[in-house]
Amino acid sequence: MNHLTTYLIISAILFILGLLAMMTRKNGVSVLMGVELILNAAGLNFVAFSRFNGGNLNGQAAALFIMIIAAAEAAVALAIFLNLYRLQATAEVDKASLMKG
Amino acid sequence: MEILKHIIFYLFVAMTIGSACVVVFHRRIIYSAFALLGTFFGVAALYLYLCADFLAASQVLIYVGGILTLIIFGVFLTAKITSLDIPQQTHQRFIALVPAALLGAGLVGMIYGTDWKGLPPLSSPPVTGGEAAFAAGGAQPTAKGLGRLLLTDYLVPFEVASMLLLAALVGAMRLARFYRRED
Repeated sequence: MNHLTTYLIISAILFILGLLAMMTRKNGVSVLMGVELILNAAGLNFVAFSRFNGGNLNGQAAALFIMIIAAAEAAVALAIFLNLYRLQATAEVDKASLMKG
Repeated sequence: MEILKHIIFYLFVAMTIGSACVVVFHRRIIYSAFALLGTFFGVAALYLYLCADFLAASQVLIYVGGILTLIIFGVFLTAKITSLDIPQQTHQRFIALVPAALLGAGLVGMIYGTDWKGLPPLSSPPVTGGEAAFAAGGAQPTAKGLGRLLLTDYLVPFEVASMLLLAALVGAMRLARFYRRED
C-alpha cells in the first residue's frame, strides 16, 4: 500500500487497458473512453510520484491540468462524433472516410 | 486496523481495474459507459490514499459529474435511442493484443527494474488541530498549497488552460449544432 511500485503497476494496467480500447473498439465513443482511461493512468502516476518524492504538490498540479485537458478533449471529440453520426448515420471510426483523398 | 486498511485498499484497486476491464471488453457500449464510473471512483479513492484530498474531490466532480455525463450523452446520441441494448463490434483484437502485451511487459519490467531508493523518504508532516479525519494518515489538506501553486508557479499554464477550455467549449458548440449538407 505504501510503495511507489504498487501505484505504478496499477496505472500501467490502466494504461494498457486504455490502449487496448483505443486499438480494438470500432465505436468512436468507446475509443474516447479508452483515452479517458489513459489520462487517468497518467494522473495517477503524477500523483504517486508527487507523494513519494518528498510530498511536494507539483505532481498534483499536473494532474489537475490533465483533468482540464480531458474535459476539453471530451467535449470536442463528442461534438465531432455527433456530427459524424448526423452526416453518415454511424459512429464507427472505420467508416469516417469523408476526407479520404 | 492496519490489515483492514490494506484490505480496503486492495478492494479499491480491484474495483478500478475490474471496471476498467468491463469498459474495454464488454460488448454493450452502455455497460462500458457505466463501468467507467467505477474506474473514476476507484482512481479517486487511490488519490485519497496518496493524500491528495482536493484532487480526489475534483476527480469525482469533473470526471463523474462532467465527462462521464458527456460520454453517456454521446452514447445515446450516436445510436438508436429506443433500444438500450446497443452492441458494438470490436476488430483486430489479436493484432492489438500483441503490442499491448509487449508494452505492458516492458512497463512492468521497467517499474520493477528501476531502483527507486533514490527518492526521499515518505514525509509525514506534523498534524495540526482541526483536521482529525486526515490525522490518521498523517497527511495535511492540500487545497491551500495547490491554490498557492496555481497562482504562483503555474500561473501561465493556468491562464492558458482557461483559454483552452473556452476555445474548446465554443468550438464544440459550433461543431455540434445542426448543420445542413451543402450539396
